Amino acid sequence: MEYLEFLAAKYRDISAAFLTAHPAWLFIIADVLKTVAMMSVVMLIGGLILSWVERKQSAIMQDRIGANRADILGIRLLGVVHNLADAAKGILKEDFIPPKANPFLHTLAPFLAVSTAVVAFAVLPFGGDVTVLGQVIPLTIAPLPVGLFFVWAMMGIGVYGVILAGYVSNNKYSTLGALRASAQVISYEVVSGLTVLGALLIYQTVDLRQMVAWQGGHSLSQIPGLHWLPGWLPAWGVFLQPVGFILFFVATIVEMKRIPFDLPEGESEIIGYNIEYSGMKFMLFMMSEFVESLLFAWVIVLIFFGGWDLPGLKLGAFGVDASLFSHAIPYAIGVGLAAASMALKIVFFLWLQMLIRWSLPRVRYDQLMNLGWKIMLPIALVNLVITAALALLV
Amino acid sequence: MPRPKMTVIERLYLPEISKGLALTTRHFFRNLWFHAVAVFDPSKKSKAMVTIAYPEVRRPYPLIARSRHRLTQREDGSPKCVACMMCATACPAECIFIEAEEHPDPAIEKRPAHFDIDMSKCVYCGFCVEACPEDAIRMDTGFFELAYFDRKGLIYDKAMLLNDDPYAVPAGAVRLSALAASAKPEGR
Repeated sequence: MEYLEFLAAKYRDISAAFLTAHPAWLFIIADVLKTVAMMSVVMLIGGLILSWVERKQSAIMQDRIGANRADILGIRLLGVVHNLADAAKGILKEDFIPPKANPFLHTLAPFLAVSTAVVAFAVLPFGGDVTVLGQVIPLTIAPLPVGLFFVWAMMGIGVYGVILAGYVSNNKYSTLGALRASAQVISYEVVSGLTVLGALLIYQTVDLRQMVAWQGGHSLSQIPGLHWLPGWLPAWGVFLQPVGFILFFVATIVEMKRIPFDLPEGESEIIGYNIEYSGMKFMLFMMSEFVESLLFAWVIVLIFFGGWDLPGLKLGAFGVDASLFSHAIPYAIGVGLAAASMALKIVFFLWLQMLIRWSLPRVRYDQLMNLGWKIMLPIALVNLVITAALALLV
Repeated sequence: MPRPKMTVIERLYLPEISKGLALTTRHFFRNLWFHAVAVFDPSKKSKAMVTIAYPEVRRPYPLIARSRHRLTQREDGSPKCVACMMCATACPAECIFIEAEEHPDPAIEKRPAHFDIDMSKCVYCGFCVEACPEDAIRMDTGFFELAYFDRKGLIYDKAMLLNDDPYAVPAGAVRLSALAASAKPEGR
């Protein structure tokens, strides 16, 4: 036993010493760990947990039990086994490619849809910086200074997957569905882009980590006329841009093509862009929707809800500079609190998206276009002008 | 068609949406609480859902609900039926087949040698029960899960119709629902 402890201590020293001497290896290990952690979370939530939540949350909201019959040797796990059954079904089902469709493009489309959504997670921070062995490691896979634009670009490319799916299926109905989808997504990208510009005017950065740092570093009492507010109230985007937040939230629901704006798919009755898809390829489209809903929940939390910022616990960059709590609060607890607050905010928004998805009826197509171009776009423009004027004055 | 005038607040849409979301949220947390209580205290009956977990749990049906037929018996266990053919005549689906024979008791004229009901044709109208002058046929077994892998399971002969157990399966037939025999409705 003593020998084992000795060995463990020895290897710990060696590895720590080695990594201190060769920080490049430290960064490589950190990058691998970050990527693996991020991708497992995204895949787990997008592929497994959200479809379970969709079934169970809707059931609980509607006074039902929800799917619970699938079991492995009698173990039902509150219906989680249904997702495994889904996967088995998707894999075993016939992978049908229409005879006149281009097989390569037909297969490419669902991967394009899901991979662009997944790639966007590379720039989403899940924390500020941590200091390990004297090296500062940013808790982002790719700490891009133009992170927000990268997310936007990936969402823009994601539409190509949908258009491609509808177009190469060689089916009139799927082509029409793809047209509906692209018109819808592109219209609302205008709105979501304009609403975020208001927030960008305040933060004066497109770096998602800087945005969170700004929100954590300022308080509402710093705004002229609001100095009577307690100092720990954070200057989150939602307080500075309430109209922008609502517009952005609605626009993201439209962009991820979820009910009440699910016209491109119309799961139950309208024929959508994915009618020529079956099995796992169809499930990839479903999964891209879930991944996007996680992506947008994350982005909303970063832009409008202060990311990992917890009021009173100033964690601009995970350096615990407490204002309410004392300096005695250990570093690890601070990091844990920050991560927990971030996770809780994201979970809340996933829950809210599901709540909206299971509460509201679908809008008509003309209502959708009216809402986007005649109502939300003018409000977004006015919001932008007023924000710009105030930003100049203040 | 005149459309109802909406107020400004209603046309803003967001307040009305919040009302709807508040309703579903209330249901969500209320039911979540009940489910959690049921998990930690299984003796508490969950008020969280209106679902009945068929086939493990069955809803008690009203006694007048028309279900699978049965032939009532005399005290010696023989059918009350006198093979008068009233039910077969009244049947709109023509699913009752009776073959009469002499009854050994001289006080009774006839008895059925064969009494078959083709359940795949029966429309559960209850006319046979109304037509019967002897109260010999009833539709009060509370059983209606007539699903078999084979049509022969759906032809109920005299022995099956006289069987006291409504869940009995005709010889050689395989019932679709494996659970049907194990669970019986409450209150019967």
